[in-house]
Amino acid sequence: MRHINNQLRILFFIFFIKPLLLVLVGLNVFGRQHLPSKPFILVANHNSHLDALALMNLFPLHRIAKIRPVAAQDYFTTSPILNWFSTVLMNILPIPRKGITKTNNPLTKMSDALDQGYSLIVFPEGSRGEPEVMESFRSGVGHLIQKHPNIPVVPVYMRGMGRSLPRGELILIPFFCDIVIGKPQHFTGERPGIVQSVEAAVKKLEEEHSQMFWEHDNI
Amino acid sequence: MNNPVIQMGILVFGLLAVATLVVELLKWRKPEADFEELALRTRSWWWMAGFFFLSLMVHSVLSLMLFGFLSFLALKEYFSLVPLRFEDHRALLWAYIAIPLQYWWIHTDWKAMVVIFIPVYMFLFIPLRLLLKGQPKGMITSMAQIQWGLMLFVYCISHVAFLLILVPTDLTTSMGEHIGSGKALVLYLVVLTEVNDVAQYFWGKLLGGKPIGNVKVAPIISPKKTLAGLAGGVLTTTTLAVGLQFLSGFSLLYSIAAGLLISVAGFIGDLVISAVKRDVGVKDSGTLIPGHGGMLDRVDSLAYTAPLFFHFVNYFFFQSPW
Repeated sequence: MRHINNQLRILFFIFFIKPLLLVLVGLNVFGRQHLPSKPFILVANHNSHLDALALMNLFPLHRIAKIRPVAAQDYFTTSPILNWFSTVLMNILPIPRKGITKTNNPLTKMSDALDQGYSLIVFPEGSRGEPEVMESFRSGVGHLIQKHPNIPVVPVYMRGMGRSLPRGELILIPFFCDIVIGKPQHFTGERPGIVQSVEAAVKKLEEEHSQMFWEHDNI
Repeated sequence: MNNPVIQMGILVFGLLAVATLVVELLKWRKPEADFEELALRTRSWWWMAGFFFLSLMVHSVLSLMLFGFLSFLALKEYFSLVPLRFEDHRALLWAYIAIPLQYWWIHTDWKAMVVIFIPVYMFLFIPLRLLLKGQPKGMITSMAQIQWGLMLFVYCISHVAFLLILVPTDLTTSMGEHIGSGKALVLYLVVLTEVNDVAQYFWGKLLGGKPIGNVKVAPIISPKKTLAGLAGGVLTTTTLAVGLQFLSGFSLLYSIAAGLLISVAGFIGDLVISAVKRDVGVKDSGTLIPGHGGMLDRVDSLAYTAPLFFHFVNYFFFQSPW
């Protein structure tokens, strides 16, 4: 079953996600050379349902099966269709946001996935929030990074997806979107410090991005 | 071989081959200098010219799809650039839907609809769709931004394809003038517009250091554009317009007029997009075509030359009532 699901996912990316992102949306990717070839924790800002798809799409198809976006269980597993879509085609790692117990703990689930050799895509803002506005990162990602100091953290900044498909909209409107990938890093030390450093790394990419485009000289 | 479109194809690809050779030669002779941008530009030209000729040769429907796609890319780049509101989401969807419709009217030869669809119907409809969101704050700006994009990148650019319908084959007009087919005229328009872009850039660079090369046409909007570049461009384009008579079939006088029209209009289109980009503060509008900046930088002059050239042909050779 898992084998069939992997094939299905690859077909879904080839025939739906790739044309969608390439032709309809139009992605500009900066820093592709920073993508690690080994397991990683990818940390990005979150504006749209397109985010996880666009990030998975950065990697070669044969690696997609080993990459899991971390997503809210209460949102993505509610209806059977959404559940099938998100667990089979997107291979999400569903984590609880409420009613956390010892056995139903988001951190344990993420940690176990990393131990099994999966890479994780994490959106520490916790929700898509206001379109194109970055909110402060939650602390969970700090726990995770602290627990796995040897796994590199890849900071990523995305812009434009929140215009294409913002929260509360069902129809995708074509806009060019940018993805800026930062150098993989290792964060150590106390948990609040780690969260701050990771957030700063993504913010720094946001600054670099704005300098790339919003310069007045030399038009 | 008597087909002027094929003759032109041989000419264009021959020139591109020479250009590629020159760039390779420059790279080889001066390995220390950086010709990467020039090489990228030349490579992009191969792709653009290839697609363009292929669509012209194969079928007019393919040409319509190509220019429709060009409209889509340019409009998308423009919408990504300007500060639209989140309330404009659904209105933008309708702006995109206008693209296939506009090209569909061209395909079905519904000339009156091609001419009024965007300036009248879309113009009246977009504000209605914005109204339904119930957010009046910023609506004037949104209406203006959306309609301007539709006009320039869909309506104006579609006039390239409109030429294919206006002149189905080469013919002798009621005034006794023989003119080339729509395909030949599209080729004439696009080649002259693109050559004009390149010639203005080239003459500007070549005469840049000289005293006459330092007179700036629009110092605030586009400091790199000089009077020398403009004059060199106009001369080059007008000469070529006369040289390509085998393609257009125009007499000498009409060829000169077409050359002047295309070179001056192309220059203005270029300046307008420069001003738009300066307004929002972006250098290159995207990274879509390597070495060329964005799509807007490629189609800006064409958006200005296409409708003007269309009406030039329509007025002087057909004297159509509209």
